[in-house]
Amino acid sequence: MTLARIQPQAEFVHWWFATGFLSLGLLLLAEALVGEEVWGRRPWRRYLWPAFLFAMGLAMFPVMTFFTNSTIHMVAHGSWAQFMLLAGSAELGLARGKLRSPYWHLCAAVGLVVSGTAVLVHEQNDWLFSRAAFLHHTLGWTAVTCAVFPLAKAIRPRLPVAAYGLATTFVLIAVLLYCDRDTAAIFGHLSYYAGLPHR
Amino acid sequence: MSADLAHELQRGRAERALSVRARILLALGPVTALGGLVWAVVQPYRLTLLHPHGQGFWWLLAEPPLYVILVGVLFRFVLVPGIVADLLAAEEDEA
Repeated sequence: MTLARIQPQAEFVHWWFATGFLSLGLLLLAEALVGEEVWGRRPWRRYLWPAFLFAMGLAMFPVMTFFTNSTIHMVAHGSWAQFMLLAGSAELGLARGKLRSPYWHLCAAVGLVVSGTAVLVHEQNDWLFSRAAFLHHTLGWTAVTCAVFPLAKAIRPRLPVAAYGLATTFVLIAVLLYCDRDTAAIFGHLSYYAGLPHR
Repeated sequence: MSADLAHELQRGRAERALSVRARILLALGPVTALGGLVWAVVQPYRLTLLHPHGQGFWWLLAEPPLYVILVGVLFRFVLVPGIVADLLAAEEDEA
């Protein structure tokens, strides 16, 4: 009861992660623009976005622990945490040179597919039930569809569209997360069962 | 067309392409910050700091338009100068 009173609202956490994804998107966009050679001229920069993704995975564990309104929410948050850690650590390994095969980029692709599926599975209402439901469906399908970009990067590491696509995916995820509200209408639709709109 | 002239044309094209990349890079942060600013103007009630009375801790901490502006500003002033410097150095090496 006390915990429920002091813990932040779900949308606040979504906005914080949106900020993380926006930062990731900008970093990836900058890397795509200048190319890997220029980006890697300062060694610390190579580790920047993989470390950021890894840190976001770590930050997802407290979310999994404290936001336990349903088992499926907990499982979904846990899967996002684990796959952000996996993708982040694989990219860190590639940046360090410990991992050499470009197929390690597949970790990011698998991460997006699993995360997207978890978003879709844990949303049990239809698209126009409420804004949160719409955003869950959109986020889920965005993540699943955009997994094609890290997949392309694994097969053709220097393909520009793969780098720009992954960067844009993170920016899009950020925008969708920023759109989240506790209870709000979507395109004028709000189910009677969603409750009164507020915030 | 002589080989010298062809090289000159090719180099000119490459420099223009790199310059465009540098300009886009320099614009990314300001465009992001502008997005946050537009959001703050369109939905001022998202900034609880403008009317803090009666707001709880989390509501005062959660200022999403300010987050967007902060990301854009930090990106522009912390990261981009180094990236552009390296891009220009790479341009010079190529030239």
